[in-house]
Amino acid sequence: MEKIIPAKERLLKSEKKWKDGELRGKILVTICAVIMISATISITIFLGTKGLQSFIKNGVSLIEFLTSTQWNPTNKANPEYGAFPFIFGSFAVTFLSAIVAAPLGIGGAIFMTEIAPSWGRKILQPVIELLVGIPSVVYGFIGLTVLVPFIREHVGGLGFSLLSGVIVLSIMILPTITTIATDAMSSLPKNLREGSYALGATRWQTIRKVLIPAALPSLLTAVVLGMARAFGEALAVQMVIGNVRDLPSNLLDASATLTTIITLNMGHTTYGSVENNTLWSMGLILLVMSFVFILLIRYLSSRRKM
Amino acid sequence: MKSKTADRIATGVFIAIAIIIISILVGLFSFILVNGLKHVSFDFLTTPSSNVRAGGGIRDQLFNSFYVLFITMLIAIPLGLGGAIYMAEYAKPGKITDIIRSCIEVLASLPSIVIGMFGLLMFVNLTGWGYSILGGALALTIINLPSIVRVGEDAIRSVPRDLKEASLALGITKWHTIKTVILPTAFPSILTGVILAAGRVFGEAAALLFTAGLSTPRLDYTNWNPFSDQSPLNIFRPAETLAVHIWSVNTQGLIPDVEEISSGSAAVLVISVLLFNLLARWIGSLIHKKITATK
Repeated sequence: MEKIIPAKERLLKSEKKWKDGELRGKILVTICAVIMISATISITIFLGTKGLQSFIKNGVSLIEFLTSTQWNPTNKANPEYGAFPFIFGSFAVTFLSAIVAAPLGIGGAIFMTEIAPSWGRKILQPVIELLVGIPSVVYGFIGLTVLVPFIREHVGGLGFSLLSGVIVLSIMILPTITTIATDAMSSLPKNLREGSYALGATRWQTIRKVLIPAALPSLLTAVVLGMARAFGEALAVQMVIGNVRDLPSNLLDASATLTTIITLNMGHTTYGSVENNTLWSMGLILLVMSFVFILLIRYLSSRRKM
Repeated sequence: MKSKTADRIATGVFIAIAIIIISILVGLFSFILVNGLKHVSFDFLTTPSSNVRAGGGIRDQLFNSFYVLFITMLIAIPLGLGGAIYMAEYAKPGKITDIIRSCIEVLASLPSIVIGMFGLLMFVNLTGWGYSILGGALALTIINLPSIVRVGEDAIRSVPRDLKEASLALGITKWHTIKTVILPTAFPSILTGVILAAGRVFGEAAALLFTAGLSTPRLDYTNWNPFSDQSPLNIFRPAETLAVHIWSVNTQGLIPDVEEISSGSAAVLVISVLLFNLLARWIGSLIHKKITATK
């Protein structure tokens, strides 16, 4: 005999089950959101405290760390912790590669949106996507086997140089800049172009006087994002830059960046030693710089809205 | 007249830039494939690597790469989707939503080496696991999470309103609607995004240096017990992935055939990433056809 449950009970029961699921679902996705917040906060806190230890616990002078050019942490009698050459190296490769990659990337974007919108995009878009797909170690490896010997033979110096790092990084950040610049250029309203052409301006005048100024905040955002990527890139640069502790005097000198020093020395130093702690301080600089880049981008995008 | 010549020069410069970009890619790819593929053989893919002698392969590194990717996705997809559902369906505009958005932005812009350092602190030292696959996967999860959340949120938001409202109008609760209507509809574009993210994870190295380590224990592929030290499935063993392998043989390697091994590995790596991209594209166009076709 079949047991008959009155409709009211069935409905009530199922409603209860659904309500449970409703709450459980909401809790579940909220937990996921909380995990994201806590990951970000804990990264900041953990790296912050660890990075400050060399100043607080080990008594390394902050001024010396940021400005001195003498890096000699293994010297027993008189260890020196001047990280300025690496800070300088990081900024140098970042700015120089932005200077190389920005015109190329923005030029590529203008080519795709203004010069040859129909077929240019069809060719360049996949090219840019494929460039994004190449892993950074592969860039480093090609830099090491092709670029470094080339510079050694045809330009001069050891080959391991600031110049090699800049070239490798420029190619790496090129897709970032091009993609965002393309979005910025193609989202410009059509009547800007038409108005300019109607006044009898040539294409170049339209691009230079109308389109670039209109898209400028977005174009700068593209360059800043590229710089953020260049500042944090580690392995590809490490393979070609030479990693010396001295300040480079020209482009052909070997050099080092914060990321390359961290990459190379983290495994060789004892955890908790002063030298190791200074590496964490350099990591903190990287963290702070990525916050600076975010603020810069926010500032630029607030200008865009106006 | 003068502005016309300037226009022509500028056009020429832009075309030159486009040609430069294309030739960079063609140069890179032909170099990687031409130099790499001649070293890739069945033997290369199936023999273990050697630290001192020539002729080693990349068997373990290849397996590690896929295994780390698998574990990463196992953690990152549910977490990222949960976050995406929260952002698209539950978050109300306000301070907390802003904070979550900023957090995603921060996570997305952190250099991978910084996340590697955090992983070293958290998953290697604090938990006492040492260099492990799980630590590497967790670090990669942090790197990957922002893109999965973004892709997921976009996909969920682009589900037509009618679908959602029809379901709600039938008296079905929100969570049930999300589970049975919204997620299945958004699934295709989420899948495409996840495959693209997987391609990026596959080539990541800087974060793994400090979390999954630079070594692989002698693996025994007949040992399927996930708790045994020699088992490839053990998630608490150190694991050198393909990308890390390229870096380590080039910078600290003692093997004489560094160039052969790294160009072969680079070719395998680039081809794998390419396959991930093609797969994502193929699935995307398949779905596009299905949606646009009149059934």
